[in-house]
Amino acid sequence: MLAESLAISAVLFTIGVVGVLVHRNAIIIFMCVELMLTAVNLTFVAFSRFYGATGQVFVVFVMTVSAAEAAVGLAIIIAIFRHRQTVNLSDINLLKG
Amino acid sequence: MDQHYPLFYVFHFYLFGVIAIASALAFVTRKSPVAAALWLVNTMFALAALYVMLDADFIAAMQVLVYAGAIMVVFLFVVMLLNLGHPSEIPDARGKWWKIAAALVGLALLSMVMTISRTRLPESLVMPRDFSVTQAAKYNAVGTIARPLFNEYLLAFELTSVLLLVAIAGAVVLGRGRESNAR
Repeated sequence: MLAESLAISAVLFTIGVVGVLVHRNAIIIFMCVELMLTAVNLTFVAFSRFYGATGQVFVVFVMTVSAAEAAVGLAIIIAIFRHRQTVNLSDINLLKG
Repeated sequence: MDQHYPLFYVFHFYLFGVIAIASALAFVTRKSPVAAALWLVNTMFALAALYVMLDADFIAAMQVLVYAGAIMVVFLFVVMLLNLGHPSEIPDARGKWWKIAAALVGLALLSMVMTISRTRLPESLVMPRDFSVTQAAKYNAVGTIARPLFNEYLLAFELTSVLLLVAIAGAVVLGRGRESNAR
């Protein structure tokens, strides 16, 4: 089941990448990043099933970091929304050359 | 892995894999953030089922509690707070060519990741068969994770707590706004 798990994980990760590229809504892009992190978690768990339990420890770390990232990122989105009244990334172009 | 699995196991593994991928596709094609969040929760549940089938029961419980429970509730809370639940507000892509380019990038990345996942690990890294099953029988599902977490990775664990503290402080400072800073 290792190859199948890795394939499912690769597909989910790619869906996350395509979502980040296609979407313009900052919140949906954030959710796509969460999907990518979860896809990597599946790889860790699949490898830990066959190569030792350390992978599950890393899943715990990834979950913690993604929770922290979600909290800070959504706070940034709220701050941007308060400033610009939008979460459309096309309209947030202050640093665009 | 050329182990033999019962048909029941294989069928459900593929079933939950298909559910996860189909929910992820539905998630990425939604325009409404609320619908997208709910499809993502469905993906998380299917992945939790896959974790159970891969003998990671505690991780599966954490997946449901942390991802489907906590993180997605925070997302929905922000959608509600900013009143962003209307689908038509933001166009989801910059045009047809951009969508095609994203699909091509996705295909290229998928082929790369698939190729990498076909590689064989060196034999010296390979644990004995059913290592995690015997491990889980010896300690329990939590002990399997807790032992390495509090022995080899104790420093990383403590640093994680610092990270969470920084994230809490950062979220409060960022979310508080300017008018309360002036005081």
